[in-house]
Amino acid sequence: MIVLERRPAPSTAWQGLSPVLAVALTLVAGGLMFAALGNDPFAALRAIFWDPLFGEFAFFFRGQLLIKAAPLILIAVGLALGFRAGVWNIGAEGQYIVGALAGAAAGLAFYPADSRLILPMMIAAGAAGGIAWAMIPALLRVRFGTNEILVSLMLVYVAENLLASAAVGWLRNPDAVGFPGSRDLSRWGSSANPELIAGTGAHWGVAAALFAVVAAHVLLTRHITGFHIRLTGAAPRAAAFAGVNGGRLIVFCFAVSGGLAGMAGLFEVTGPAGQISIDFASGYGFTAIIVAFLGRLHPIGILLAGLLMALTYVGGDNAATSLGLPVAAISAFQGMLLFFLLAVDVLTHFRLRWRPRGVAA
Amino acid sequence: MNGIDPALLIAALMVASTPILLAALGEMVVERAGVLNLGVEGMMIVGAVSGFIAAYGAGNAWAGFGAAILAGAALALIFGVLTQGLVSNQVATGLALTLFGLGLASLLGQGWVGLKGPGLGRMDLGPLADLPFLGRAVFRHDLVVYLSLGLVIVLNLFLFRSRAGLVLRSVGENAASAHALGYPVRAIRLAAIGFGGACAGLGGAYLSIVRVPQWSDGMTAGAGWIALAIVVFGAWRPGRVLVGAYLFGGISVLQLNLQAAGAELPIELLSASPYLVTILVLVLISRRRHRGGEAPADLGRPFHASA
Repeated sequence: MIVLERRPAPSTAWQGLSPVLAVALTLVAGGLMFAALGNDPFAALRAIFWDPLFGEFAFFFRGQLLIKAAPLILIAVGLALGFRAGVWNIGAEGQYIVGALAGAAAGLAFYPADSRLILPMMIAAGAAGGIAWAMIPALLRVRFGTNEILVSLMLVYVAENLLASAAVGWLRNPDAVGFPGSRDLSRWGSSANPELIAGTGAHWGVAAALFAVVAAHVLLTRHITGFHIRLTGAAPRAAAFAGVNGGRLIVFCFAVSGGLAGMAGLFEVTGPAGQISIDFASGYGFTAIIVAFLGRLHPIGILLAGLLMALTYVGGDNAATSLGLPVAAISAFQGMLLFFLLAVDVLTHFRLRWRPRGVAA
Repeated sequence: MNGIDPALLIAALMVASTPILLAALGEMVVERAGVLNLGVEGMMIVGAVSGFIAAYGAGNAWAGFGAAILAGAALALIFGVLTQGLVSNQVATGLALTLFGLGLASLLGQGWVGLKGPGLGRMDLGPLADLPFLGRAVFRHDLVVYLSLGLVIVLNLFLFRSRAGLVLRSVGENAASAHALGYPVRAIRLAAIGFGGACAGLGGAYLSIVRVPQWSDGMTAGAGWIALAIVVFGAWRPGRVLVGAYLFGGISVLQLNLQAAGAELPIELLSASPYLVTILVLVLISRRRHRGGEAPADLGRPFHASA
């Protein structure tokens, strides 16, 4: 019988290797899933992971890669801080929506003014919107001990309704007769979040994502707050005895993740999406949870994981058009990746030992 | 409100509450065993799609319910193997289950959107159905509604009046002690997780086969998460879970009726009301709970018998 024996300390080798092994296992299982759907598994995997990077139309897909990766990384970096401390913000999708709404509303209040200050002001408003939405679960948790997982998640559905009312009501483009959706923010000079380097897809959100990765890394390794986060996650009781203010930490983690999610929404609405529309919410807030875990809750790991996850989105679109692979197959594939990651993680904390049945431990 | 018939409102409430009630009862048993499974939403939606496909294929609603029970339990067992066998983080694994379930359901459901299922006839309760007000309100439902109510009673007896229920609760309160007494903690937890998945799958199938009745992508729309909230609201007791589920069913039916009746409120606010009320109730509950814990003591804590 195989038994698990707890390692005295987590294995550093497996900490780095387990995401790689999980990706490999997911490729095998995903290939089997694609085969079950009636596709050639090798053609499907090639269309997802190879063609967007090195294929004939790679020049188009490479730009898409950073566009998808930026919001994922931005959101995941914030979520990971909380996850490390045992603070579960599951509602990043809602904070992303509200950030986009707040930023777009703040910008449109000045339409059609022409000023370079409008986009920075909108970014600040987007972050503020995300923070405000995240403060609801954070403060309820600190003040009343309400479960933050459920509250932050419920607020996603509230935010979706808020988005619908904005798209058909209070943010609707007054010049578009009968059509839902706001003005095109990417075409208004003052609010546009353009491609900074032609052909790369890099917009201000990409710059912000890179900055967030570096800042989070510095915070976790060099700052006392980062130490408190790591301490609370590793040993909550020890942290409490050491004088860490748990409530303040919860508010901090929610504020950072909400603010980053709100900014991600603002960069999206002023750039790739262009406008507030009913289908603006795209699930980045949920996929970012997978990205955070795939990156081992480590900022630099998240950078790599975000790029990989963006590749599955871009490659999934490619496989959908070239092979007719269902788009939904990609989200099942991403979910599978998280399963394998969690399963392989056992090797970090435990050693597998063979022990004959019936021998007392 | 004019134009809203109270008897029909109660009848609609019972139908609307049944999926949430089933899922919440299942999750309650899981949490009583000390396991927090956040994958209810994922198991419900996979139950909804597989149930619909099986019911449509066989032309029989019961084939659908059977398939959904199996699908929900199978999905739950992935969670069980990961959390019990491989000692993975329960919160993260539950979330993974939901994300995977949503993707899998939308994949399986392609080509089934908008089709009409076989439906499920109401139970013949003879003279009861002809009672003046009650007949129309509570005695003209299908069998699953009454099964879910029966499950409330059965679970109450099981948890608080049977030895097996006592063992299950002891595993949830203090897994180490239960292990020391010789109870198979992991096997008991696995069984509870499987039962929870079966209930969630059945609840999902009730949505797609009876309540709506068709398949559409993302149709559970947070029902699984509301079920999780109801377990907290119900203080891990079947009777109170029933009250919670019917309360939320009532709110969602009422807001739909208000929308149809053209109330002077924004539609988006009405659609968001079940979620807002859930948050409000969670806050009120957590204030009350500050005085004394009701949750199983070992809820969410992984258990690994150290050698």
